[in-house]
Amino acid sequence: MKYNYPNEEGRFGKYGGKYVPETLMTALYELENAYEKYKNDPEFLSELHELQTDYNNRPTPLTYSDRLTKLYGKAKIYLKREDLAHTGSHKLNNTLGQILLAIRLGKKRIIAETGAGQHGVATATVCAKFGLECVVFMGAVDAQRQRLNVFRMHMLGAKVVEVQSGSKTLKDATNEAIRDWVANVNDTHYIIGSVMGPHPYPMMVRDFQSIIGIETKEQILRKENKLPDYIVACVGGGSNAMGIFYPFIEDESVKLIGVEAGGYGIDTNMHSATLTLGEEGILHGMSTYLLQDENGQVADVHSISAGLDYPGVGPEHSLLKDLKRAEYKAVTDDEALKATKTLSEYEGILPALESAHAVAYLEYLMPATKKDEIVIVNISGRGDKDLNTIMNKFGIE
Amino acid sequence: MSYIRETIERENENGKKALAVYLTAGYPHKDSFVDLACGAIEAGADIIELGVPFSDPLADGPVIQESSYAALKNGINLHQTLVYAKEIKKRFPNPIILMGYLNPIIKMGVEKFISEARERSVDGLIIPDLPLEEHVKLIDNRFDGIDVTLLTTPTSSKERIGRIDEASQGFIYCVSVVGTTGVRSRFSDDTMANLKRTYEAVKRNKMMIGFGISNGDDVKRFSPFCDGVIVGSAIIKSLQKDKSNKTTFELIANLKSAC
Repeated sequence: MKYNYPNEEGRFGKYGGKYVPETLMTALYELENAYEKYKNDPEFLSELHELQTDYNNRPTPLTYSDRLTKLYGKAKIYLKREDLAHTGSHKLNNTLGQILLAIRLGKKRIIAETGAGQHGVATATVCAKFGLECVVFMGAVDAQRQRLNVFRMHMLGAKVVEVQSGSKTLKDATNEAIRDWVANVNDTHYIIGSVMGPHPYPMMVRDFQSIIGIETKEQILRKENKLPDYIVACVGGGSNAMGIFYPFIEDESVKLIGVEAGGYGIDTNMHSATLTLGEEGILHGMSTYLLQDENGQVADVHSISAGLDYPGVGPEHSLLKDLKRAEYKAVTDDEALKATKTLSEYEGILPALESAHAVAYLEYLMPATKKDEIVIVNISGRGDKDLNTIMNKFGIE
Repeated sequence: MSYIRETIERENENGKKALAVYLTAGYPHKDSFVDLACGAIEAGADIIELGVPFSDPLADGPVIQESSYAALKNGINLHQTLVYAKEIKKRFPNPIILMGYLNPIIKMGVEKFISEARERSVDGLIIPDLPLEEHVKLIDNRFDGIDVTLLTTPTSSKERIGRIDEASQGFIYCVSVVGTTGVRSRFSDDTMANLKRTYEAVKRNKMMIGFGISNGDDVKRFSPFCDGVIVGSAIIKSLQKDKSNKTTFELIANLKSAC
């Protein structure tokens, strides 16, 4: 299949677009033009490449998981190790790219939303490195459950605004970041942390994150001399998944599986399984699948993992679902917790609760695989930040 | 000709600016809301702007956000807002404009929404998260008979204002400041220069200024650069602690006398 999205209007099929207040339209065009100008600019690319290599520790390894493979006794399991990137997740891939653009746009102040705090940390990190003012919006509930990351952001010199409105999670942090941007658009760049929001963000963040998939493809061809059969990644907004999926979309033999947060179970209303149960809607500048009630009010959602606790999803995932090019599944909080322990015990890798959702899906996937097949799981981040949550859950003092 | 435009022109011909008063549907009370809206008209509102409560009002400041959440708690949704419109229209002929975010409209279904809005004599629609580019795709000619009004802001270029002026119906909603809705304690020289610039660039439509206006002095300052004003957060703020609505009606009367 030939795959060429988004179109010039920022549409992924019927999804995407630019549903924002008029105040932001000029800034979005400015960003889009800057991105088009610099994305093939040798100087920009070489600066970004140097940062990705010498600062962000790229390429990250593709680790063969011997014991996990033996545990299931089916396909070979490889892990893409975004947990080993600087700051402990894939988030810096994007913030490095965007900060270079922000500097070229002459912006003095950076804002960001964050759920788990990983994107907040990655944004605070690049602001520290380049000496820009940084304000991170975080839902008050998330700030509580991820307080190690709040402290990390303070250490990095960022201001963290705890958002008290609505459900006090990622959705509300995003509302507040957009409001701040509307008020300060002249000197401020908004670094959106996922493949969501108005055009050009879903495209731009995907492109910056696609380094994950580009490396993965080189690495698996070198190790196995063939493409994988399955790629599994967790999906909240969907940036780590889009990053690893994108370079494989035209390789139709590679099955792409996104794993959403099933929370207490998708038969309850306490989950964040947007692509599994949502309907087309409009939020945060984009048209996409959305969890909402019968009156079009955005639903309160739940996940044990703050990074997946979001009622929308990047518009490109909505398209991939409709095209049936990717499949989207959900696993519960408990399944993710169990997978966290499994990966720790069998591989010596403590994954973030977000990434653990992808690992948990192996329980469903592996029995159907064959021994000569290859499964790659994207370990989008490491789990140190979640130890408080895990300790509470397992009842450890 | 647009009924909203006729209303603004009628005021202008009498040497006055038009006054649009924003109320969040079902706020502060569900049962007495129609009386409140009718009282606002009697106090001097030429146009009523009915805010449709939404879970994520990202163009709104804290005051309207709070009223929106409170209205949602009162069980108000898009359908109930349309019911209010019809009840107000039974008592007063003044134009009614719905101001709401896009998602509840999409969820109801655009066609169903249009037919219900027509049936309930809604005159206009303002959608803060529907800028020009998306507006063109959504609207076509389907909203015939209902004016879909677009906004300009201080960040809109002259060329863009020209295109917005071409596409907007009823009037142009000129956002006075960069930021969300809410009362401003002062307006800078830049703000005033921008209002003048926008008023000169708008050729086809009448122009009303909104965001940040809270009293008669603000209205007088903006008067040379507009055909009308829209007051929202100041009204909602007044309603927060106004049991009998008396202070709020006085505020509306003062605003109108400054128009």
